Amino acid sequence: MTDQPIISIRDLRKTYQAGEVDVHALRGVNLDVQRGEFVSIVGPSGSGKSTLFHIVGGLTPPTAGSIQLAGHDLLGLTDAQRTELRKTTVGFVFQKYNLLPTLTARDNIEIARHIAHKNGPPDPQFEEVLKLLGLTGRLDHKPRALSGGEQQRVAIARAIVNHPAILLADEPTGNLDTENSTAVLGLLRDLNQRLGQTILMITHNPEAAAYGHRIVRMRDGRIEDN
Amino acid sequence: MINKLVIENLKHRPLRTLLSIFAISIQVTMVLTLVGVSTGMLDEQARRARGIGADIIIRPPNSSAISNNGNMPAAIIPKIVDVEPHVAATAGVLIYPTGFLSYVTGVDLPQFNKLNGGFRYVQGGPFQGPDDVLVDTYYADQHKYHVGETVTEANRPWKLTGIYEPGMLARQVVPLATLQDLTSNRGNVSTIYVKLDDPARISEVIKHLEGKLPDYKVHAMQEYTELFSVNSVPMLREFTVVVIALGVLVGFLVVFLSMYTAVLERTREIGVLKALGASPGYILDILLRETLLLATAGALLGILLSYATQFTVNQVIHGSLIQAIVYVWWPITAGIALVGAALGAIYPGLKAARQDAIEALAYD
Repeated sequence: MTDQPIISIRDLRKTYQAGEVDVHALRGVNLDVQRGEFVSIVGPSGSGKSTLFHIVGGLTPPTAGSIQLAGHDLLGLTDAQRTELRKTTVGFVFQKYNLLPTLTARDNIEIARHIAHKNGPPDPQFEEVLKLLGLTGRLDHKPRALSGGEQQRVAIARAIVNHPAILLADEPTGNLDTENSTAVLGLLRDLNQRLGQTILMITHNPEAAAYGHRIVRMRDGRIEDN
Repeated sequence: MINKLVIENLKHRPLRTLLSIFAISIQVTMVLTLVGVSTGMLDEQARRARGIGADIIIRPPNSSAISNNGNMPAAIIPKIVDVEPHVAATAGVLIYPTGFLSYVTGVDLPQFNKLNGGFRYVQGGPFQGPDDVLVDTYYADQHKYHVGETVTEANRPWKLTGIYEPGMLARQVVPLATLQDLTSNRGNVSTIYVKLDDPARISEVIKHLEGKLPDYKVHAMQEYTELFSVNSVPMLREFTVVVIALGVLVGFLVVFLSMYTAVLERTREIGVLKALGASPGYILDILLRETLLLATAGALLGILLSYATQFTVNQVIHGSLIQAIVYVWWPITAGIALVGAALGAIYPGLKAARQDAIEALAYD
């Protein structure tokens, strides 16, 4: 880990318009995440953790404050620049896996490379990652032929294939049984330890949160315990 | 990679894909069949006109190039035409329409035979009486007519005395005098065919005849048969444009519904692609490639189906209609299919491209 945080958030605010009502989803969030850190974010529904996830992932712009992500100031980015950021700097893992159902596991990973304009063969290190994820024999299957745990492992492979600066995981074990949850969390920890992958994970589950180096608790759009 | 995704997406919903392709193919077949029948019929008319063996054709004043409207006095044949130098033979015929693309032609056989030696009969022979009719083999096959039978044409019975080889004048021929009486056209004919003793004199004779018959349409047969084109048939060009417009509309609606459904169904997948960093252009590209593939497959199927309609038309009703395969219209109809499909894909494509990633990812 270095002293320069890979994520630096100061007084981050996000206000949604829900009909005629302003919804203040984030009310001044401050957070630093160091390179190579595995941070778990916990909090009840409506605490703002998903909104924070979406802003850090470049899926929506913040309303105010500052957020630096791997040297990018997200507040001033255009839609096209945030699209470019998602291509190169962040990788997503979702609760519902979100694999493309018509493509095989291999092609689900490959399309992430294609979108990032990486059309050559994957680097040898990624082959090692696939072995680590236990996917080598399952790559030619479509999602419907894979178990939940396998689908989530494919989603993790897809998320890191372009070597993102940060991996964002939103309830990655939310749809998995205990055995598969443990396996997926173990893989995330392995990726963090072996590859130095920075991970920001949202979870409701205290046991899952314990896999992180530290736990950040959110409530009412603020971080209450860091 | 996009192509693989496009193909897998289309394979994922085979029924929708096949229905879309089929619907697009129908519009292509529709246009190709219309153009094919128009061309086939006009080519056949030109072929039959050439088969008469005349060098010059005279049509009444105010008649259009190839329609059978208007009559003129048969008396001009002996008084004006026959006396023209180099005229070797003449024959006036009366054409009477009996239905859509169907007509009976009244002929004076002795006159007509001088032009070309007459019909070549495969069954029976020339008229024996005023109520006799001759038909060509196409017409006889289609209606299962045999010599000696009584057939009904122009709302009256006729005795079929001969079946002749096609390719000359008309499909149904009756005595000229009978048809003149039947249609209150005694002394009138619709067309006069002229054969010269020296074909090199055609221009010279036409010039003389035009001088004697002002306002009449006097054409060299070669020039006349070249007029048998879609552009010469009143309203056919406009009708074709209407059918093409309908084709574009059908393609638009089919692809619009297909792609709109696909976009709704794939909302979450579009969100995933956006989360992976896919730009709006990338999403639009996927949809447009799917559309292009559907339209291309539809156009190819439509071309194949036009062979099926040609087979049906030419085998079942070849006495009434003839359909040609008009290759030059293949790229045109493919273009029509592509334009209709592309128009239909615009809104669903833009909807997909503008999809909010967070809302799309939350879509169930």
